[in-house]
Amino acid sequence: MDLNHLTIDPARTAIQERSTSSVALVESFYTRIQKEDSQIGAYLTLCKERAVEQAEHIDRMAAEGRSLPPLGGIPVAIKDVMCTRGVRTTAGSKILETFIPPFTCTAVRRMEEAGAVILGKLNCDEFAMGSSTENSAFHPVRNPRDTSRVPGGSSGGSAAAVAADMAVVTLGSDTGGSIRQPASFCGVVGLMPTYGRVSRYGLIAFASSLDHIGPLAKSVKDAAIVLRTIAGRDPMDSTSADVPVPDYLAELDKPVRGLKIGVAKEYFGDGLDGEVRKAVEDAIQTLAELDCEVIPISLPHSEYAIPTYYIVATAEASSNLARFDGVRYGYHAKNARTLSEMYRRSRAEGFGAEVKRRIMLGTYALSAGYYDAYYLKAQKVRTLITRDFDEAFKKVDAIVTPTSPTPAFKLGEKVNDPLAMYLADIYTVTADLAGIPGISIPCGETREKLPIGLQILGKHFDEATILRLAHAYEKAGEWS
Amino acid sequence: MKITEKDVTYVADLANLELTEEERTHMVRDLNSILGYIDRLNQLNTDKVEPMAQVSDRYGVDESKTGSERFAYASREDVLFGLRKSLPHEEALENAPDADETFFKVPKVIER
Repeated sequence: MDLNHLTIDPARTAIQERSTSSVALVESFYTRIQKEDSQIGAYLTLCKERAVEQAEHIDRMAAEGRSLPPLGGIPVAIKDVMCTRGVRTTAGSKILETFIPPFTCTAVRRMEEAGAVILGKLNCDEFAMGSSTENSAFHPVRNPRDTSRVPGGSSGGSAAAVAADMAVVTLGSDTGGSIRQPASFCGVVGLMPTYGRVSRYGLIAFASSLDHIGPLAKSVKDAAIVLRTIAGRDPMDSTSADVPVPDYLAELDKPVRGLKIGVAKEYFGDGLDGEVRKAVEDAIQTLAELDCEVIPISLPHSEYAIPTYYIVATAEASSNLARFDGVRYGYHAKNARTLSEMYRRSRAEGFGAEVKRRIMLGTYALSAGYYDAYYLKAQKVRTLITRDFDEAFKKVDAIVTPTSPTPAFKLGEKVNDPLAMYLADIYTVTADLAGIPGISIPCGETREKLPIGLQILGKHFDEATILRLAHAYEKAGEWS
Repeated sequence: MKITEKDVTYVADLANLELTEEERTHMVRDLNSILGYIDRLNQLNTDKVEPMAQVSDRYGVDESKTGSERFAYASREDVLFGLRKSLPHEEALENAPDADETFFKVPKVIER
């Protein structure tokens, strides 16, 4: 079977009708990974034996004429921040290089229960901290569209694996843009659901009030199928919301005529690449031609989102990462004479530079004398940013922006300037802070053939509308 | 310069991180650069703004209640094995870098 552009439904139908088997499909993906991934670096761990077992189970179902579940036999891969029982889970960090979780992340379990076959675990920035996947402790990921460039981050492996046809769909995580920005850089679809829509049980925590799990896929429909699979209340995560999950697929083809689309001037200011601007403006025009009503809006506190984010996220990270102490799991410094020395050296030798930087920044922001000036201040500005969206969504159904101010940048270009790297998330962090859902879909290419992403933001728990708009736009693109 | 090398040493101590001489120098530079940017938050008057710790108290909660009772849906009966059994002893120790059959092992804490 041709792996290029292979999506869930055709693959599942072929397995159901036995024109191919899940085992054959899984084998051909491993062949492709073996051939391509030495140039890309998307995978950290492959779990072939387990995958073939899962695929055989699905093939037996098909042979018995039983109807396959929604992801029956589909080869998928998981960002290595989600725990998988019995399969090494590193979070891209040396400190977890040999960690084998004794339990499975709820989102992953739901994928498996829906018949998905897990090929392996995907590379990412260490503890999902980064915008280029260069912060992986193991090796960077390269952009399949141009291997001199980054795939974005932190879910760079998840985006690159989909773009290079090394998995049908993948799961990523998004704390400040880590699903949408790499989706944009690699030319795939990336969906961050509403905060609380998808359980984070088994997700290695970075910043708990901002962490989300979501899909990266080749089509909006595939993203909708995966969201339907993983969404919904989970008693194992008290922050997963008790809100009904609609049938996203049934909503997908509803007309978009009359939907009100907000365009915020703050997302089209200085620093936006000219080619990206043009592509996004063309996309807005396309939505207008689909009879959406385009309405200018303002999100006046947008410029404060990055500073707010880097206080809130690092403060939470400094607390979450305190658990890595070299005692119960993870890297452990040898021959320490005291407990304190063992902690300090285990963390010093186990964490990479960016993780240390963020732990330091977060600890500083929470320390006596600075708490009010930094952490409390950032929490208050977070309220203002969220109110901006509340006001905007009184007038519009969705908001359309560029996903990233630039296309994919070169490896090494920003590694020595943390602040420049942080600014790569300038259009994505706002949604994480407000807890609203967002999707990035391809909306064109630069002259150098680098993908450009269109971001659509929606109301809390209204993924259905942004998926519908994204789907309508995707179809409109096919006509041209 | 908001942050000095002395501050970095103090904060690293709070965070249980041992930094090399070179790391400390870089940390002073990087944190000052980032905090310089973060300072723009002070352009905003937030005296009358409530802080926001999370978004989950806006949805799915019982609006008629206050405090933790708003999250009634997220609580469970306080019983043994409420959601799942605890990990078996040997499984809990499996990832430990240093353990015997019963305990995690760490350097001696109390000298006598």
